[in-house]
Amino acid sequence: MSDITKQSLTELVENIKNKKLSSVDITKAFIERSEKSKELNAYITEDFTSALEKAKKFDQKPNLDLKLPGIPMAVKDLFCTKDVKTTAGSKILNNFVPTYESTVTENIWREGAILLGKLNCDEFAMGSSNETSFFGDVQNPIDKDLVPGGSSGGSASAVAGQLTPITIGTDTGGSIRQPASFTGTVGLKPTYGSCSRYGIVAFASSLDQAGPMAQNVKDCALLQEVISTYDSKDSTSIEFERKQYSKELTKNIKGKKIGIPKEYRVDGMPKEIEDLWQKGIQYVKECGAEIIDISLPHTSYALPTYYIVAPAEASSNLARYDGVKYGFRAKGENLIDMYEKTRSEGFGVEVQRRIMIGTYVLSSGYYDAYYLKAQKVRKLIKNDFDDVYKKVDAILTPSTPSSAFKIGEKTNDPVSMYLNDIFTVPVNLAGLPGISIPAGHDSKGYPLGLQIIGKAFDEQNILNIAYAMEEKINFKNKITDWWIK
Amino acid sequence: MSIDLKTIKHISKLSRISVDEKRAEKLVGDLNSIFDFIEKLNELKTDNVEPLTSVAETTLKLRSDKVKSKNIREQIVKNSPQNNEDYFVVPKVIE
Repeated sequence: MSDITKQSLTELVENIKNKKLSSVDITKAFIERSEKSKELNAYITEDFTSALEKAKKFDQKPNLDLKLPGIPMAVKDLFCTKDVKTTAGSKILNNFVPTYESTVTENIWREGAILLGKLNCDEFAMGSSNETSFFGDVQNPIDKDLVPGGSSGGSASAVAGQLTPITIGTDTGGSIRQPASFTGTVGLKPTYGSCSRYGIVAFASSLDQAGPMAQNVKDCALLQEVISTYDSKDSTSIEFERKQYSKELTKNIKGKKIGIPKEYRVDGMPKEIEDLWQKGIQYVKECGAEIIDISLPHTSYALPTYYIVAPAEASSNLARYDGVKYGFRAKGENLIDMYEKTRSEGFGVEVQRRIMIGTYVLSSGYYDAYYLKAQKVRKLIKNDFDDVYKKVDAILTPSTPSSAFKIGEKTNDPVSMYLNDIFTVPVNLAGLPGISIPAGHDSKGYPLGLQIIGKAFDEQNILNIAYAMEEKINFKNKITDWWIK
Repeated sequence: MSIDLKTIKHISKLSRISVDEKRAEKLVGDLNSIFDFIEKLNELKTDNVEPLTSVAETTLKLRSDKVKSKNIREQIVKNSPQNNEDYFVVPKVIE
């Protein structure tokens, strides 16, 4: 049975289609491994009994024309799933059972996949290490007491640890790509407007995007073609020609122009990351692509901009948690007292901190100095990308400035935690697609990722570059199953 | 610019999150270090830059004003922390 969980999504789909495996075989295998992997703390809610029933039902009348026929899949607990508890990693939603389904998960089930459970994440996706979750830290399958990254930490851990064949996360400032990099997996943040935000617990609405997290590029492309649809229920969903990404995937990237931004060579970046980047440049050259040095002059302003825009949007999005309509409610002497106690007891430290930053930058007398200023700098950052995309087809950078760190190492210093997202945040601010692929190991044997940033709606191109590089890199994740007794 | 205890209490009130003295003092330190980091934006002159409000360069779509969800009262109140079937219940607001 253990062989089953080692297979990629593409292999599992093939094996179901040629009837070598049933949905029950596969679902059972992932449930068994998940049961043995509780120490990773990747799940918030398990839905195994129901998953097995759905698998049996699928096998009785299998529809093999679907893209994900009978494939079990756990998803980040930020996606609303009808009749299955959805917490966003927060105490304040500890008892929330949605009466509706997110569009992205709806698309997944429509193609035949089966929900295994809901995966741990930073509270309201605010964090870079999964340490802000009300449901506890998540372990990285790479090594004990190592963070899996965040905010999609449970998703990254579950894919790397083979508890689910593939998953979805959300990315507001790097929450898919950074954990993918920390766990040796592939993570795609699509163009803003590509995947519907309907039914995803909102963090920062102008930045949030859902995307696939997978063992390899082909799996990632397949899930992207399933989840990316136009949706009238999301007013920022965009109509554009969505490709059959997995079918059109090609390793031929001859003549593609790839930009190397000098501003991503930041102070204090470990030599290992610089070396990895150089190796990546070498690989794309070998694939016949052309390397062009470029400049994105406002890169160093991206994080400060993000830490105004994202908390500002979060403070208004999270105003809805008032203990009245759903979620946790604390006892109060009167209505206001109830609001204040509910939010004080229901939100964790990091979420409160960000709500307060957001409230402050939007408050009377500070709006122009902070929020409006940040929106203007955001425009400059987007202009940087618009300018370079006149000359190049894609951009290659490291995914993160370091490999995964130990649990507890950065929790006391919010700014040092925020610096994790230095290479991923500009992509969200400009609304572009970006993919992180595993590209090597550091001296400790921890995975390191490279990021390919594309033009808006050009997911196919960055998937192709990633696909070509993946073959050259030939990355092997070092997972010892240390958590299985 | 620095954020003092008085400011923390003001934003705590605005954001409807009660904080005790100890938390408030911790927040003074945290927010000041975050705003020190944010101040970097003042290096840039942005007088003639248009603010970017959305990366999606489309105007919001209009839709016909038709009711799509009917008889979902039960669904709406299902998750309320305290319900009496028809209403959301809150602590007494009229003396």
